[in-house]
Amino acid sequence: MSILVDASTRAICQGLTGRQGRFHAEQCLEYGTQILAGVTPGRGGQECLGLPVFNTAEEAVQATGADTSLVFVPAPAAADAIMDAADAGIRLIICITEGVPVLDMVRIKAALKSFDCRLIGPNCPGVITPGQCKLGIMPGFIHEPGRIGIISRSGTLTYEVVHQTTASGLGQTSCVGIGGDPVRGLNFIDCLEMFERDPETEGIVMVGEIGGADEEKAADYISSEVSKPVVAYIAGVTAPPGKRMGHAGAIVAGGQGTAEAKYDALQAAGVAVTRSPAEIGASMARALA
Amino acid sequence: MRAFALLLQNAGVNLHEYQAKELLGRYRVPVAAGRAASSGEAAAAAAAELGGGRWAVKAQVHAGGRGKGGGVKLCDSPGAVREAAERLLGSQLVTPQTGPEGLPVEKVYVEQASSIARELYLSLLIDREDECVCFVGSAAGGMDIEEVARVAPEKIARVRVRPATGIMPYAGRRLSRIFGLEDAPAREMHVLAGALYRLFEECDASLIEINPLVVTGEGGLLALDAKIAVEDNALFRQPDLAGLRDPGQEDELERSAQEVGLSYVSLDGSIACMVNGAGLAMATMDLIKLQGGAPANFLDVGGAADSARVAAGFRLILSNPRVCAILVNIFGGIVRCDVIAEGILQAVREASVEVPVIARLEGTNAGQARSMLDESELTVTAASDLAAAARIAVEMAA
Repeated sequence: MSILVDASTRAICQGLTGRQGRFHAEQCLEYGTQILAGVTPGRGGQECLGLPVFNTAEEAVQATGADTSLVFVPAPAAADAIMDAADAGIRLIICITEGVPVLDMVRIKAALKSFDCRLIGPNCPGVITPGQCKLGIMPGFIHEPGRIGIISRSGTLTYEVVHQTTASGLGQTSCVGIGGDPVRGLNFIDCLEMFERDPETEGIVMVGEIGGADEEKAADYISSEVSKPVVAYIAGVTAPPGKRMGHAGAIVAGGQGTAEAKYDALQAAGVAVTRSPAEIGASMARALA
Repeated sequence: MRAFALLLQNAGVNLHEYQAKELLGRYRVPVAAGRAASSGEAAAAAAAELGGGRWAVKAQVHAGGRGKGGGVKLCDSPGAVREAAERLLGSQLVTPQTGPEGLPVEKVYVEQASSIARELYLSLLIDREDECVCFVGSAAGGMDIEEVARVAPEKIARVRVRPATGIMPYAGRRLSRIFGLEDAPAREMHVLAGALYRLFEECDASLIEINPLVVTGEGGLLALDAKIAVEDNALFRQPDLAGLRDPGQEDELERSAQEVGLSYVSLDGSIACMVNGAGLAMATMDLIKLQGGAPANFLDVGGAADSARVAAGFRLILSNPRVCAILVNIFGGIVRCDVIAEGILQAVREASVEVPVIARLEGTNAGQARSMLDESELTVTAASDLAAAARIAVEMAA
């Protein structure tokens, strides 16, 4: 089992003909992911990586029966691509694009409420179910099918956690990069709920960072709704207040969103927190022992 | 309390007060008549042209607390305006919100002094919890709102604008209630709220803060001070506002990093780090601290770092004289570690790096990368894992 994507997932790629889209879609195809078509406005009728390219997501869905979309379009076009996909009946939209204006995301989040559709990202590495389906920019080879679900606001830090859980022999059921923007699609709680329900997931690693209060909300949720062991690491204990640390959402502002506050909330919820990013895999192994 | 989680998030283009007020004026938000000036003479001429008998001369820097820092002077004659402007211009203004070195004053804003009956606080920002634009209002204006939030959070209220409808008249009514406004000022508040929301949306603002918003002696509303920041990610569709960036108000290293597409934040420690990815970069800093050291910077060379970015990263790091050791932590996924190792060696050679360099390369071709570093004549230490890398860096910096 797994969450969100598996071997049966049928996907399209919006922005397939761009440099990023083409490069990463090719890697996903090599991993065995079913990407069946591309969408690039103005390039309908062409082919890319041997796949048909359409002008609209609607045509791509009609031609392939896809239910998932991987989005690589440039930031100015991201809002349009996401709504194009939602309106075409896509159920899971994974938006890798970085730099989407926050006001676009505010409008999209409000609009998506009337669709039966989940959004992951933007500004995220994507989702992978090892051995079955990779829809994102993560290096496939570091993953190993296994027992741990991973949820993270980061990219390469997620790879670090994957590497550690692979090295300690635990492996992963699915890994979800929820992205580093302040207004985004799926959040910790959505993924915790799915991992809790997934029978093959035995433990959950949560990688948070400074900014916002999503980790605190997740802590509340875990204390009442999650029975599986959760290990959490929060990046940014050393981040100075008022400074944005790379990600748009990673900022301690007005004393709010500090790593310490998040650690406190998670610890109070019974989560096994680790203050060393080098110990995440080992902490999970201990929690499952 | 969460209302303030984004108050300081002015990542993006910060406008000076004079620019913010020009923009507010375009949206018919009432502001006092004023002129920006770069010399004492121009300031005195501006005062004479504006007329009236009393003027405020305000230093134009990207920091609050200007009054406390001596950056706002009230003057009774154009001669006094000239004198005040001459004292401020060319100085470094230190306020409670700047560092000890202050910010350079290159312009002053000369404004007709206003009669003030009451001072209110009003801002607009993105509420990341409710995922909407939100007004934050308080009748305790003129004070540092963070301070109000800390000591008297009940004096602060939020009015959210729902994205499906945009602003509705009730937003103005609620703000009037918070501020205790009735009759004409309440009607004015209603118009003001609509104008500010339109400005926020149309200009892709990340923050509009009017502190204080004053009720004048004549009973009208007036934006006495104004801070506007425009969101970085939206600058592609705000070319005019993008042009208002003032590099003189920004940290020099952070600015030059931005120019080459790197994300850099200066810190106080002695161990520099260079990492691919923002989360891993923060994690690396945290680990340095956990091992007893102190990070000199945050530096994200991007998830898809290449040798050119690594070289640019070294140049940035080495411009900080406090650096005693450099820790490179790259998780190679799409990018190959051997390519990064080559980049490190080349950069160390070209920049004649004299401090120890510790590199932890993991992922694609990591073994090959480690041998390249080990075999090189340069003193680059290859570390096998993250914890060891941080430990060695801390030892070598001591």
